Amino acid sequence: MLSTAIENPEARPPSGPVTVNAGSTAEGETTGFEPKMSARGVNFYYGPKRALKDISLDLPPRMVTAIIGPSGCGKSTFIRLLNRMNDLVPDARLEGEILLDGFDINRPACDAADLRKRVGMVFQKPNPFPKTIFENVAYGPEVNGLRDRLALEERVENSLRRAALWDEVKDRLRESALGLSGGQQQRLCIARCLAVEPEVLLFDEPCASLDPISTAKIEELILDLRRQYTIAIVTHNMQQAARVSDRTAFFLMGEIIEVGPTGRIFKAPRDRRTEDYITGRFG
Amino acid sequence: MNTTKEKLIKLLFAAAAFSSLALLAGIIIVLFREALPVFSFVSPLAFLGGESWYPTAEPPEFGVWPLIAASAWVTGIALVICVPLGVGSALYLHELAGPRQRAALKPVIEVLASIPSIIYGFFGMTVMAPFMQEAFGLPIGLCALTAGVILGVMATPTVASIAEDALGYVPRSFREASFALGANRWETLVKVIVPAAGSGISTAVILGMSRAIGETMTVLMVAGGAAVVPSSVFDPVRPMTAAIAAEMGEAAVGGEHYHALFAIALALFLVTFVFNIAAELISRRYRLKLGLAR
Amino acid sequence: MSRRDVFQKAGFGLLWLCMAANIVFLGAILWFIAVRGLPAISWEFLTAAPRDAMTAGGIAPAILGTLYLTLGAVLVALPLGVACAVYLTEYSPKGWAVNAIRVSVNNLAGVPSVVFGLFGLAVFVKGAGFGVSILSGSLTLAMLTLPLIISASQEALVAVPQSVREASLALGASRWETIRKVVLPAALPGILTGVILSVGRAAGETAPILFTAAAFYLKGYPDSVFSEVMALPYHIYALMTEGTHPEAQTRIAYGSSLVLLALVLAMSMLAIYIRQRQRRTYHA
Repeated sequence: MLSTAIENPEARPPSGPVTVNAGSTAEGETTGFEPKMSARGVNFYYGPKRALKDISLDLPPRMVTAIIGPSGCGKSTFIRLLNRMNDLVPDARLEGEILLDGFDINRPACDAADLRKRVGMVFQKPNPFPKTIFENVAYGPEVNGLRDRLALEERVENSLRRAALWDEVKDRLRESALGLSGGQQQRLCIARCLAVEPEVLLFDEPCASLDPISTAKIEELILDLRRQYTIAIVTHNMQQAARVSDRTAFFLMGEIIEVGPTGRIFKAPRDRRTEDYITGRFG
Repeated sequence: MNTTKEKLIKLLFAAAAFSSLALLAGIIIVLFREALPVFSFVSPLAFLGGESWYPTAEPPEFGVWPLIAASAWVTGIALVICVPLGVGSALYLHELAGPRQRAALKPVIEVLASIPSIIYGFFGMTVMAPFMQEAFGLPIGLCALTAGVILGVMATPTVASIAEDALGYVPRSFREASFALGANRWETLVKVIVPAAGSGISTAVILGMSRAIGETMTVLMVAGGAAVVPSSVFDPVRPMTAAIAAEMGEAAVGGEHYHALFAIALALFLVTFVFNIAAELISRRYRLKLGLAR
Repeated sequence: MSRRDVFQKAGFGLLWLCMAANIVFLGAILWFIAVRGLPAISWEFLTAAPRDAMTAGGIAPAILGTLYLTLGAVLVALPLGVACAVYLTEYSPKGWAVNAIRVSVNNLAGVPSVVFGLFGLAVFVKGAGFGVSILSGSLTLAMLTLPLIISASQEALVAVPQSVREASLALGASRWETIRKVVLPAALPGILTGVILSVGRAAGETAPILFTAAAFYLKGYPDSVFSEVMALPYHIYALMTEGTHPEAQTRIAYGSSLVLLALVLAMSMLAIYIRQRQRRTYHA
């Protein structure tokens, strides 16, 4: 599995205009903002296996960045690095740096829990706690020190409203979250995430286990949220990427092949492999 | 958040976890410390091979061979009962019982396993022994056979539940392959599934044996208590556990008898320890073989 | 019918017999103890102390003693056992030390109970100087139940989906907060099952308390953790092997056995019930 030739963008054979990974000046498609988060030369290993190869990618503030690619391309691995969820993986190793507001999130002084408060995550499968709906949403603020009952109730209501779930659950806040439908559970998980008041939201294939109607609701929600948060979403559904994202990055075999404004990536991909993927020739 | 606090908590948990290790080490140390002085007054050979156990006579004799032989006999009889019954029940649960029957039968096994040994002993003494006395025309029903039968019944749930787990690990594809070759269910069970679960089943047997050999109250009450090398299954016997339980109350702490009883406990511990390690190694290899590394 | 079918029929018949034997044994034990024990049971039997050289009266001190011993054992073994399980599953899933702990837990579970009794005698009764007492007996029983509680808790903790832990960590909770507020509550029914089963086990054990706690007959009730106690299982043993009135004592022994059996079976039924309810939690 280990590719011997470490590909780096400059060394690639010039097939048309050179595509460069980072949303930096080199690409000619700058976002015009300081990136909220950015990965610089990230390599990631599971034991001897290199899962990510020299990834550089920026998340511009208050925009949705979609990460697409065939399964096993490293997109979930990458997004989990952004809030250090891979810390839990034994025998894993990271090279390169990941910056949040210009600071390396893996520096020793940075506490993982503090980081995750600022960078929230919604997972593939809805994973509510086996607690009540209220307790689920209140959990984050509580562990972060919010004790005041009234403030807590307000925070829960706000979060549920922003997750477009309030009207459906306001009369059953004391019931188990496990009684909700899959789509409601996922929106609950989003509300739970919002309640911590993060700056960045990471979605790891949030609709993978949902029906089309629930999926549409989640997408609508992401569109609502995108002007307030910096969002990254991993998806294998290209229509979804096209619908919700401002920018798209295409991953293949642990590498970034191409990144740019979503419209352009889908209409005029510059790399042959991107084109093949979005036109469904593989993946 | 507060990393020092987190580290402290982890340390606390680690300490608790190591307590079980310390406990096992403690047991080993205590057993050795209290047992070894026995060899200052009997040689290891005379202790293990000696045929007279008269710990309170004057002068005392500390030959534990009768007790070892008794344990072996009783455990052997128990195995004759618990291996076929336990494995048979496991196969029944695995192969023949539907989901509803299983839901009703598994609790039977579990309840059988949870009955305290004193109850088994009491049942053996009051019901089983008179029955055996009548059935075989014995002078007294308290004998190796009665004790072995009761021990066998007690060890059956252990064997059954572990063997059933082992059967559950056999991949479905084995069955399907066997059916596809024209074998019927019984042939598939006997020629494919049981051999595939073989080491798992032997783990069950070893642990059942370990349970039987360490069982105390039942043999104390039912085995008859005579510290004589048995010559037939109808002889009253005194297994190692029974000797410890019956005599420790009277043995003076620190005396020769006390150390001798600890030495028996040490032997017992070592035997069960070896059994348990063997069972663990076999079941680990078994999981690896079936690709179920954990 | 072909030869093969006959074999199959006979084989399955044999398996059926094996299973049936279990039911017969269970039935026989329950039947004899219940039928012969019930006549002995009365309000006085459950609430009064023994009288007339153990030939009349009740077994209240023995019931109470068993409760004390069991309670004491759980108080010690529960925190220690759960903490050990938490360490094994949540903090340190690999490494030689964890392997050593696992092996020792498995081995402790197989140590004969009479060996625990001797350990208790040497360490608690003599070594620590607690004497033959509730304290020594409880500690010995705690040692015995520790591996049970550890493995039940471990099983319950492992059953909590990893995704739930990730959700908590992703919200900025620390490891300990995740364990305390999410993982342990989710694992609670499973842990409870293990605890109940070990209570049943501790209540029925005789060999470990033989030299560490139990007395055949005591005037009055124990007044501190350093007192000797009467205990149900030992009471049954003593009634059957000591004393001078076998007839009357056997009757009381049947009654005591019924009480002990009811106690232990109620525990395991409760555990089975909780476990079956719990199965549904993550499939709602």
